[in-house]
Amino acid sequence: MQRAAVQRILGLLLMLSSITMVPPVLVSWIYNDGATLPFILAFCLTLIVGLICWFPVRKFRKEMRLRDGFVVVVMFWVVLGLGGAVPLVLSAQPTLSVTDAVFESLSGLTTTGATVITGLDTLPHAILYYRQQLQWLGGMGIIVLAVAVLPMLGIGGMQLYRAETPGPMKDNKLTPRITETAKALWYIYLGLTVSCAIAYWIAGMSAFDAIAHSFSTVAIGGFSTHDQSMGYFDSALIESVAVVFMLLAGVNFSLHFIAWRNFTLRPYFSDEEFKTYIKLLFLVAVVTITYLFLTSTFGSFGSALHHGIFQVVSIGTTTGFTTAEYHNWPGFLPVLLLLISFVGGCAGSTGGGMKVIRVLLLFKQGSREVVRLVHPNAQLPVKMSGKVLEERVIDSVWGFFSLYMACFSVMALILAASGLDLITAFSAVAACMNNLGPGLGEVGLSYSGINDIAKWVLCFAMLLGRLEIFTLLVLFTPAFWRK
Amino acid sequence: MKVIILGAGQVGSSVAATLASEANDITIVDLDAQRIRELQDRLDLRVVQGHASHPDVLRRAGAEDADMILAVTNSDETNMVACQIAYTLFHTPTKIARVRAKAYLTHPEIFSQEALPIDVLISPEQVVTEYIQRLIEFPEALQVLDFANGKVRLVAVRAYHGGPLVGDELKTLREHMPGIQTRVAAIFRRGKPIIPKGDTIIEVDDEVFFIAARKNIRVVMSELRSLVKPVKRIIITGGGNIGKRLAKALENDYQVKVIDHNLEHSREISAELEKTIVLHGDAADANLLLEENIENTDVFCSMTNDDEANILSAMLAKRLGARKVMAIINRGEYVDLVQSDLIDIAISPQQVTIGSLLAHVRRGDVAVVHSLRRGAAEAIEAVAHGDSKSSKVVDRLIGDIKLPLGATIGAIVRKDEVLIANSKLMIEAEDHVILFVIDKKQIIEVERLFQVGVSFF
Repeated sequence: MQRAAVQRILGLLLMLSSITMVPPVLVSWIYNDGATLPFILAFCLTLIVGLICWFPVRKFRKEMRLRDGFVVVVMFWVVLGLGGAVPLVLSAQPTLSVTDAVFESLSGLTTTGATVITGLDTLPHAILYYRQQLQWLGGMGIIVLAVAVLPMLGIGGMQLYRAETPGPMKDNKLTPRITETAKALWYIYLGLTVSCAIAYWIAGMSAFDAIAHSFSTVAIGGFSTHDQSMGYFDSALIESVAVVFMLLAGVNFSLHFIAWRNFTLRPYFSDEEFKTYIKLLFLVAVVTITYLFLTSTFGSFGSALHHGIFQVVSIGTTTGFTTAEYHNWPGFLPVLLLLISFVGGCAGSTGGGMKVIRVLLLFKQGSREVVRLVHPNAQLPVKMSGKVLEERVIDSVWGFFSLYMACFSVMALILAASGLDLITAFSAVAACMNNLGPGLGEVGLSYSGINDIAKWVLCFAMLLGRLEIFTLLVLFTPAFWRK
Repeated sequence: MKVIILGAGQVGSSVAATLASEANDITIVDLDAQRIRELQDRLDLRVVQGHASHPDVLRRAGAEDADMILAVTNSDETNMVACQIAYTLFHTPTKIARVRAKAYLTHPEIFSQEALPIDVLISPEQVVTEYIQRLIEFPEALQVLDFANGKVRLVAVRAYHGGPLVGDELKTLREHMPGIQTRVAAIFRRGKPIIPKGDTIIEVDDEVFFIAARKNIRVVMSELRSLVKPVKRIIITGGGNIGKRLAKALENDYQVKVIDHNLEHSREISAELEKTIVLHGDAADANLLLEENIENTDVFCSMTNDDEANILSAMLAKRLGARKVMAIINRGEYVDLVQSDLIDIAISPQQVTIGSLLAHVRRGDVAVVHSLRRGAAEAIEAVAHGDSKSSKVVDRLIGDIKLPLGATIGAIVRKDEVLIANSKLMIEAEDHVILFVIDKKQIIEVERLFQVGVSFF
């Protein structure tokens, strides 16, 4: 590892990220809610820390190596998560402990949407806005944003980009140059956000709520400005808008890019991952609605339909908005929904979970073994959208899967050991690792009731999920640090 | 500029490296997924795996809005078909292809717009062969580069003890050589560039780049070092593409021997060559070299496609008494290791070739580009267009042109006349201006100078 290279980039990124404290200050001025000071302090702090990092090594001019990329990305997410907690700790309302503030900030950045704050409706607008903005920045990846804005990251930018973007195949660039690719991604992201905000506004939200919710919808985050989440609005129209944009944001952004550039919908329908994503959500929605209707959980078929669809899409894409208390739904539904969040969004989207393409690959690999029993001599390549995949990709998916499960089990056990009941422990880890948000049992509505150890473990789980395990775990291997 | 490069071989990948570092949008296509993945890890470009001439592959590579397609796969046919498809389906403006086979090249009408629309044909082997030929013509020089069809040459020479000008200031040049015009474009001292001024003193071991008309080169060189007697006996190792061409080009004027280790192949080339003696054997075999009179050989050229073998056989030849040894070395890192110490001249084929491609990438009307010092410096022949209003150079004295620091104008070719630059010289429209740029970063500014402005104030 080249310490100077890492330090220089990290310093630059921190200085850049201090700018994100400016919009909440403006919001605070507009609503005159008296929450300006914490943000100004946080701005100065991040800027100064960044400056201290960057200044001594500002003339270092060596290219980043592969290893440096991992360190920069992980350090940046950790530092940003901690830095993001500063305004929450400093503000008078809500009064949060350091643990809670860090949890909230990381939950925002990793687009998990698990919250420890109750009584959202009475908080200053600046704080509410800031939580939504954290999600929005974390959604597409703040490093991708930095790559788009700072051209000097150059080829080192590719290392960073790969360490942050989700999915098993990260070499598919949209455009020849990494800066242009990152820009394209952010333009699509911005476009989706703006249209989402306008749609919410037309559907009847106030301008503030529309913007705030568009941030957390397109980022597949799940923070809301109300305790009742989307249920507060109680409007089928708003829920439909949310469903559409959650679905869109859960799709691989390179499909959006190709479709937009060629003005055609064909890329979507020729993409196997997209088709599986839609089919899976549809299937689960049908099962859920039928079961809700049969058990007459809601009065009418109509409300079973709209709650069912909304909840399946919200949980399936790992957003985590709620309109109904899904953790109290009858029978197997809560567990089914939690399980589907493991599948999550598509690769290269803002969604969490293991990603549709990985699950699809595992399934294909599994059925290949079955066919192999019948035809021992058959050549059976694993194909995706008609193209043969390299064995290496399949290997890495298996590795990912086993590590995901291992991390999941270990953390769930730690949580259970810390005193949580089993359902709460398992669902909390699942909801955080999949970047979903609300879990079952005690953490169905808010995470405020659980102990501090559990919260820190969950913070780690959220980072693991967002950085897709490998990027984070690689730092814990001795081989990485060996010279 | 959006460029698609077909083929990630030696030429393809080195062009990609040069162009990607200049902020062009590069997409590289190759069949070998492993090779292009390595490229993508190292450079900021996009890769597409597939057959280079297939329309769907080209479309995936972004042929629809590409400015230039560069077909350098190892198959002539693929290259030609790819250009045809790029023209027919995607209307790509500039199509450059490598075509090696003489059978095609002897019929230029094949490549006309109606038949196989290829704008520029390149033959890296031919370019390298010509380059080596010029070095053999001037055995004292490190590099000899042609401008304006050879009317003007840029020559790199190492200054030695005994050269009359060594130890003197540059402004005494005229007194040393009355009536002969030349201009020192740059001096590299221990690898660092020095911008030459009137009071710069040439030291021993300096690498001096000077520009002069073709007929004056020998005289200028004699000022910097003592001349050696002209070359007569040459040994070439490796009878591949370059070795064979070189032997063919040289065999009428020199005594040429070619050593090739493949019996079959050496028979084939012996049938093709007229006067050359083709030897079958190992080029690193001291006995064979001694038998072939290595101590009386003037130039020993290692031209196989194996870097290590080239370096070792050249070192051995030098030890055994060859007067001057050259080796083809593809790996840039090796060039620095052996150049000037162990081997007199290391030839990097990529660097020799890339200039001919860069000329088409540069904005403004650029006729020739030579890449120097592993791409750090560049010599350019640009054509001045427009008039005093639309152009920043036409109708201006050279002394008044705002050149970026490190760029010098060396000479001007006006129709057939060669004018060595001085600050009182006026540039006219359609002049070919030869510039030397020490730092590649300034290229953009130089390009800008020669672009004709749209505004007429």
